[in-house]
Amino acid sequence: MSDLPAPRLRLEELTKRFGTHRAVDAVSLDLEAGEFFCLLGPSGCGKSTLLRMIAGFETPTTGRILLGEQDLTALPPHRRPVNMMFQSYALFPHMSVAGNIGYGLNGRGRAAVAERVSDLLKLMRLDGFGSRRPDTLSGGQRQRVALARALAREPKLLLLDEPLGALDRGLREETQGELRAVQRRLGTAFVVVTHDPEEAMMLADRIGVMEAGRLIQVGPPADLYRRPATRFVAGLLGDVNLIPGRLGPVSPDAIRTVETAHGPVRGVAAAALEEGAAVVVAVRPEDVVLGAEGLPVVVTDAVFLGDRLRRTLRLPDGATLRSSGRPAEAGAAPGSDARAGFPADVAVILPA
Amino acid sequence: MTWVTRTALAAGLGFLYGPIAVLIVYSFNASPLVTVWGGFSTRWYGALLSDAPLLAAAWVSLKVAILASLLATILGTLAALALERQGRFRGRALFTGLVFGPIVMPEVMIGLSLLLMFIGIGLDRGLVTIVIAHTTFCTGFVTVVVGARLRGLDRSLEEAAADLGAAPARVLMTVTLPLLAPALAAGALLAFTLSLDDLVISSFVSGPGSTTLPMRLYSQVRLGVNPEINAASTLLVGLVSVAVLLASWLTARRGHG
Repeated sequence: MSDLPAPRLRLEELTKRFGTHRAVDAVSLDLEAGEFFCLLGPSGCGKSTLLRMIAGFETPTTGRILLGEQDLTALPPHRRPVNMMFQSYALFPHMSVAGNIGYGLNGRGRAAVAERVSDLLKLMRLDGFGSRRPDTLSGGQRQRVALARALAREPKLLLLDEPLGALDRGLREETQGELRAVQRRLGTAFVVVTHDPEEAMMLADRIGVMEAGRLIQVGPPADLYRRPATRFVAGLLGDVNLIPGRLGPVSPDAIRTVETAHGPVRGVAAAALEEGAAVVVAVRPEDVVLGAEGLPVVVTDAVFLGDRLRRTLRLPDGATLRSSGRPAEAGAAPGSDARAGFPADVAVILPA
Repeated sequence: MTWVTRTALAAGLGFLYGPIAVLIVYSFNASPLVTVWGGFSTRWYGALLSDAPLLAAAWVSLKVAILASLLATILGTLAALALERQGRFRGRALFTGLVFGPIVMPEVMIGLSLLLMFIGIGLDRGLVTIVIAHTTFCTGFVTVVVGARLRGLDRSLEEAAADLGAAPARVLMTVTLPLLAPALAAGALLAFTLSLDDLVISSFVSGPGSTTLPMRLYSQVRLGVNPEINAASTLLVGLVSVAVLLASWLTARRGHG
């Protein structure tokens, strides 16, 4: 295994048009060496097309793909130092497990191939499975064979298309940990495509959120969760309360006031928004505190979930807020009046 | 099943296979008179073995069928690959029509046009011309069988092979063709049976010394049916049935073990 960090992947203004439809729209992205990057978005957002362009199965309409100093844009898939793990795994049904893993090692000596295959089988805890056929394996084992096959050629970059999509719940969590461990150990840069926000947050160093062909926000999971750039990102990464209002005047710091139907609230203005603009204030349920200050609400429901207590709160205009707190903080019972507040620095003001 | 559907099924099967059943039964008739049952006998099968012209015709048919099915399988597979794996190239619709044309074209027309062409280019009629003619009308059938399988083949398998560094030729040889093997065999068997029982086209393009089995049987019948022909036909039916059953079994099989 090479000790050098894999070179950086750079996407420059990558666009893919199918007819008039822009499946991928001017995506630019820099990937660091050894990074675990996750492309997150709903189906049809263009994340798979982007991955297929990096692998070489789709030709970009415009834009460039660079890996280190090398321009990959015009190279056919078999000439790219990049490997992919397919969503369906795409294991060759007419070859053994060892045959599958060794397929990409064509041209090396027989002994070298056998040694590499045996190393990979060990790495993936598949010792003794070398002579089996893929259709005799379980889903989790097939997934590990696919990963081993994709790693066999020591790619500078590994692409994974919904790697956990075909696994059932229990296996997913186990495999998530395994995938991270393998990535840390090899130091290869991974790009994972997924529609599952939880999976993205669990796996990735950085997440890129895609919507309708555009890459709308890139950052570490915590940044995206705490400082979403749009309502879409805010909602994608977890439960969020959105309170509509009009933005107040510019202030010296980033904290600005929003006039809502129920009184003023304060939050961090994420973008350069003009005074009077229609905005929403995004607040995570765990940041909503019932106390002496804040918006007037009626507690309509309280559900005990063991580690937390989830309340449903009704604003005077009938809109609801959700709060989530430690059960010890109990207090306001259903039916009682309360005030719902939140610290200004955890509320994010977003364009409506 | 109600009695209606059962009757319909029996009537349908009887209509289709009754004549063949009669043919088979009478091939075991001891009497030399075709229409009079004279007890069970296998003497006509024995007589076949000493009928030199008939054996020669069978040998011609076999050679033609093997060569034509081989060529049709190669050409038909290439056509299927072009149609299913080359994307939307210019003239694709026209090419599709041209490949499948011979399937629906009247045999008399194919036979006549081939005959005119062979005369035109000065190719002596014989085994070679029959093989060419049979390849022509069998290729489309192979393309249908292989193309269907190719459409059902997961594209990501070929993409995975390319992704792992295999150049297009290696992808074809190590992934696409092995996975197509059942369809290739089915297409070849189909072409084999089509070639084996072709009468019309062969009649146009054959020459002296290259009489096929169906041609031989047909010319004998015109002189009068004898039980020996029943026996020969029964063998032909048996051979074709085995090939067709094998072909459909290969096509239906989904596993690749």
